[in-house]
Amino acid sequence: MDKRPSPESLLPLPPATFHILIALADEDRHGYAIIQDVAARTNGELKLSAGTLYRSIPRMMDQGLLVETTTRPAPDLDDERRRYYRITPFGIAVARAEARRHAQLVKMARVRGIAPEKA
Amino acid sequence: MRFYRALLHLYPASFRAEYGDEIESVFRERLRDASNPPAVIALWISSFFEILLNAIGVHWDILRQDLRYTTRTLLRSPGFAITAILVVALGIGANTAAFSVTDFVLIRNLPFPDSQRLVKMWQTTSGYDQMEFSPLNYRDVKRMSKSYEGMGVVVPSAVNLVGQGDPQRIFNAFVTSEVIPLLGIQPLFGRVFTPSDEREGAPGTVLLSYQLWQSQFAADPGVLGRKVILDGFPYVVIGVMPPQFHFPSAEVALWVPKQFSEQEFQDRNDNYLQVLARLKPGVSLEQAQAEMNVTMLQLKREYPGENKNTGGTVIFLRDEISGKSRVMLWALLGASACVLLIACANLANLLLTRSLSRQRELAVRAALGAGRERLVRQSMTESMLLAVSGGCLGILVAVSAVPLLTRLVPNTLPIASTPEVDFRVLIFAGLLTVLTGVVFGVLPALRASGNKDMDALREGARSGGGRKERLRAALVIAEVTISIVLLISSGLLIRALWKLQGTDPGFRADGVLTVQTSLPMPKYEKTARRVDFYDRVLSGVRALPGVTNAGYVTSVPMLWPGGIWPVSIDGQVVERTASHTVSMRYATPGYFATLGIPLLLGRDVSESDTTDRQFVAVVSQSFARRYWPDQNPLGRHFQLTFHDRMVVGVVGDVRVRGLETASEPQAYLPYRQVPDGMVVYYAPRNLVVRTAGSPTVLAPSIRRIIHEADPEQPASDVQTMDQIVEAKTASRTVQVRVLAAFAAIAFLLAAIGIHGLLSFAVSQRNREIGVRMALGAASGDILRMVMRQGVWVALAGVIPGLALAYIAARLMQAILAGIQPGDLATFASAAGLCVVMTLAGCFLPAWRAVRIDPMTAIRTE
Repeated sequence: MDKRPSPESLLPLPPATFHILIALADEDRHGYAIIQDVAARTNGELKLSAGTLYRSIPRMMDQGLLVETTTRPAPDLDDERRRYYRITPFGIAVARAEARRHAQLVKMARVRGIAPEKA
Repeated sequence: MRFYRALLHLYPASFRAEYGDEIESVFRERLRDASNPPAVIALWISSFFEILLNAIGVHWDILRQDLRYTTRTLLRSPGFAITAILVVALGIGANTAAFSVTDFVLIRNLPFPDSQRLVKMWQTTSGYDQMEFSPLNYRDVKRMSKSYEGMGVVVPSAVNLVGQGDPQRIFNAFVTSEVIPLLGIQPLFGRVFTPSDEREGAPGTVLLSYQLWQSQFAADPGVLGRKVILDGFPYVVIGVMPPQFHFPSAEVALWVPKQFSEQEFQDRNDNYLQVLARLKPGVSLEQAQAEMNVTMLQLKREYPGENKNTGGTVIFLRDEISGKSRVMLWALLGASACVLLIACANLANLLLTRSLSRQRELAVRAALGAGRERLVRQSMTESMLLAVSGGCLGILVAVSAVPLLTRLVPNTLPIASTPEVDFRVLIFAGLLTVLTGVVFGVLPALRASGNKDMDALREGARSGGGRKERLRAALVIAEVTISIVLLISSGLLIRALWKLQGTDPGFRADGVLTVQTSLPMPKYEKTARRVDFYDRVLSGVRALPGVTNAGYVTSVPMLWPGGIWPVSIDGQVVERTASHTVSMRYATPGYFATLGIPLLLGRDVSESDTTDRQFVAVVSQSFARRYWPDQNPLGRHFQLTFHDRMVVGVVGDVRVRGLETASEPQAYLPYRQVPDGMVVYYAPRNLVVRTAGSPTVLAPSIRRIIHEADPEQPASDVQTMDQIVEAKTASRTVQVRVLAAFAAIAFLLAAIGIHGLLSFAVSQRNREIGVRMALGAASGDILRMVMRQGVWVALAGVIPGLALAYIAARLMQAILAGIQPGDLATFASAAGLCVVMTLAGCFLPAWRAVRIDPMTAIRTE
């Protein structure tokens, strides 16, 4: 197996990748659920398209950020065409690093007075 | 929904299989969520573009992934990668360079509008099938012909240009006013000649070539109206021609109107006009030739004496190229095509071998779920990567090779002297190799992935079926065949070159320097004035340290084939046939000694041979033999250049026309025995100097002496006699070198092919060989077994190769300089070389086979 690179080496993450990681942070989701979650969290501003999602997913699996999971919900809630994805520990590390990067940026902007003070 | 599914086909199949259903279901859900018709339409539109963009993205992702994988695997077998890339580069590069030159010289239309209708016309007579027209015959032919839109004459010449820096010797062409419009070319600026410019006594006008305008006039836009001095006469610049205009050849740098004087219409046998014409639309060359035949027949009837053996011929301007140049270029092109074929065969072989050794890897990947499309795509990426890298290197090869081939561009055509790399053929050769790569790279992957029973996975399975082995053997046989053809062709040409270089030119070229001083007329019209110039230069040069001798002559051998004059004996009527012409030169005393032409009988021309004494001549041995066989030629008389002459000396024959062509007998006339103003064109212009040391170091001193004798006189064409002789075989030397290089490449590739084939065969038969040895086979038996296969392949290639080589040699006979196409020595050495190559190719694999340890070989299974 390849040696895993450090989480920082993948930064900065493309926005879609970051959003997908956040969507999967609390639970496993299938494709459409990811899209819906992203839309809900951004108040409908970011609607991931199916194409973008499925171009990102194989790459993220290659990078070891997520895996396809075999545990599925109860049959009455399931659709056999759906696939479920789960964030990996490495994926969490990368998402954390990216969040840290953003926080750093906001801090820097705040020092110069171009970002709102902490609420 | 069906439309959406169709759209998904833009994705690679593997991706579609993996995520197609899911993407579709997401789209279905979004469609369900869309609240109103405008939202549905918006969703459709955005989905369409999104799939389009994303599909490209996914393809790109896979390509990058494949490229990474390919680079990794290629780096793991650098020998394979380097060989494949070099093979492709050589094939593409050699072919592109050779085709670029051939196309430029032989195939492409000349750079004139409607150039297919441009023709050249020549007089013919027995022994000469392309002779210039005389003004009288030209005037009559022009009047009587109906096939042409226009007709004009060209007289290539050279003039001394004074007043633009140092005096310069420049090639020019006298043209009548019809010529440039007939070619269909407009000047870059200024005007072309009009009939009033060619009236006798009209003020001199001149058109400059773009190149001369750049180099000597600093591209001055105000050059029009400027006065230049050519051969002592003033001319006004009336225009500059465009950069790509070269006529009648690339060396001509200015054009002057041809002004005919009445005097020129006196002698029907004074031939010096090249005739250019443009056929009327719809008139074929055959019709024009038929008309020419009728016209010349009529002129023969009207002037039975002068036109006794005279005919006329019309040829396309395009075809003004010697048969030798043509054959040489076709041979080169054929050879380069052979190299391309071998390159493709070798690439195919390399890829096949590789696929066999990777069969298990492919089978494993197929078993692990890699789809057929992914495997094929992966192989395709590898082949393409090899082909494209090879192609890029091939472009470099072509670009650097084309300038080396410029010596093969004959200087008789109205085209630039350096061809450019032809990108169409580059693309063609590139596509061919890519196709080879794709076919032979992808087929194995297709087969591997289609192989459902997973044979290849079974431990100890023998990969490489008999069919594939036969295909690989056939490819190697083809390589051997082609390389034999190339070996023999270049071998024959090398023999021809050696033979020519071994030909005795009749003089000693080493240690001789030649300098040209063309004396302008009428400044030097008076014989006494010329004699004064020659004497001052010669006495100065002879006094230089190291100079052993010096002389002046009309033209040294091999530089100028002209000066062919008819000879008559005892006042008989002159017939202009090959059996009555001689090569005529005026010479100063000391010329023969300087060039090392042996004086066999009598004496040299002397300072006392003046116009008030008996006119004399020194003739060559063949001259004496032709007219006075078995008799003493000294004291005999003949008529040449309007005078009766007495033979006072006999010298050895000289190859005036070069090493390959037979020459007319020679007659040398004393430089003082010319009445003023007569045959001034033949006034000696080549200074020849023999030194004990290196000839070239003398050049500055000689230039100074010439400058002192006449400050306005340019000294041009400073070269050694060795260079002149070498230039005569230069195009041949280049061709031989290129062909030999091609042959060497082909030979090497064929050896690699044999080696690869046998190595692989041995590695595949490891177990069999082990078993044989365990059962008591001696190493000699094993050696024989491997060698037998190699020898069989070599023989199967050599035998048809010899036959094909003979056919190729027959086609090249014109440039073989008398070497027989079936030359035994060449054929035998090529076959011998092939045996050596086979043995060398067999050696390593055979050695490896002998050293197989039976126990290990059997146990691994």
